[in-house]
Amino acid sequence: MNRKGPRLGEPASLWRMRLVPIASVMVASALPLMLPLIANSPVLPPLGLLLFLCWQLLRTEMWPVWIGLPLGLWDDLFSGAPIGTAVALWTFASLAIHYVEQRIYWRGFYHDWAIGAGLVAAIQALAALITHPQADAVRVLSLVVPQIVISALLVPLFLRLTGMFDNFRLKRR
Amino acid sequence: MTRPAHRRPGQSRKAQTSLFIAYVIAVTGAVAGLLLAILSVVDPVGFAQLRVASHEVTAPVARVSRSVIGSISGVDDAVSAYVKAGSQNRRLRKQLNDTRRQLVATSALQEENRQLKALLKLQQTDRAALANGYLLTSTSTSSKRIALLSIGRNLGVQAGQPVRGADGLIGRVLSSGPSVSQVLLLTDVDNIVPVRRARDGLPALSSGRGNGDLDIRTLNIANNPFKPGDILVTSGTGGLYPPNIPVAIIVRRQDDGALARPLADPGKVDAVSVLRPYTPDNIEARPAISTAPAAPVPARPVPQ
Repeated sequence: MNRKGPRLGEPASLWRMRLVPIASVMVASALPLMLPLIANSPVLPPLGLLLFLCWQLLRTEMWPVWIGLPLGLWDDLFSGAPIGTAVALWTFASLAIHYVEQRIYWRGFYHDWAIGAGLVAAIQALAALITHPQADAVRVLSLVVPQIVISALLVPLFLRLTGMFDNFRLKRR
Repeated sequence: MTRPAHRRPGQSRKAQTSLFIAYVIAVTGAVAGLLLAILSVVDPVGFAQLRVASHEVTAPVARVSRSVIGSISGVDDAVSAYVKAGSQNRRLRKQLNDTRRQLVATSALQEENRQLKALLKLQQTDRAALANGYLLTSTSTSSKRIALLSIGRNLGVQAGQPVRGADGLIGRVLSSGPSVSQVLLLTDVDNIVPVRRARDGLPALSSGRGNGDLDIRTLNIANNPFKPGDILVTSGTGGLYPPNIPVAIIVRRQDDGALARPLADPGKVDAVSVLRPYTPDNIEARPAISTAPAAPVPARPVPQ
């Protein structure tokens, strides 16, 4: 038997299958704090959240339903929102995706887009309200509206990106 | 897309239990996270160390990317400067002449001011900066406006110290780590700065709108005295911010005050200084006036 070369039909490495999704979300969460960009308003879409939702829309059963707890905590460390916000909201989002997955038997592209956009909008709005409890709610919400619109439009792109990551994740040796 | 495998784990009691436990963990964790968020809104200092530690990790990358790319926000300015070079040059030359004339007038006033101050034996305190650094990066995905400062406890930066740029106030230090610190920018919704109008000392409060602008409210609501072009400086009321740091310029009036733009844009400022907080200790630490003035000192010794 040839021990050096890959065997036919051998599955992808288990490490890569597990690490790629988690690492991609973690890097996307931390990325905004690595760019030399001093923002005067929330200008960047929540990259970590978008990837997190897209992974769950693509492979709902890949992660346990509580995966939002550690990944949300990681995102909270970098987003500037009070620690615990994303822990709660991301986990509620994965519960919502698991519920929708059982309700809608055949999910299509437009379903995924709508679910992703809706969840991003809800999470960003609620996170802003939790961050500024004393401030005027309408003003705080108007602050995140542009970001929500951009994020909603970017969902298809992130779905494709997740698909690319998924191909790499499952690529046979 | 194809429907993924059915998630009901069949007859296996063990698999059913583990799925159930996953849901229990998720729900209790999410509720705990929500409580944690409320707790960290009430007591932001308690969890600051976690954030400091994580920012220490990204700071080296931010330093490298800053030196490689430069500040992204300056790009649009650089391009438009080339496009508008001709007209800008003419305008600036005219402005320079005006300014030079004003400078002459101001220097006379300055001399007069110095003499009057000497008469009152007021010391011009040297409130030198504690340390200088630059802003590395900032949170850009959430509604909180926190920037990362390139220096930390290694240069004596502590939480609560005011930060200013050459043009004006930038914000205050929220928490400091070993080599980086977090700055709550002036434009954050929760950053309230006591200011006064530079012209006549009218007191007001500035609070961020979160989108780069400031809300200015007077302390008496009866009238709205602001005019576009009014300059606001810190008043020093309530400590923390030393007086007379430029803060903002009024852009337009609103129902309940005015809309102002910060004089120092944190996106374009190059270097910033961390100042000593304006606390009673620091005020007393200044060289005291040697003899009490004979005549009662007027509240505003500088004639306008």
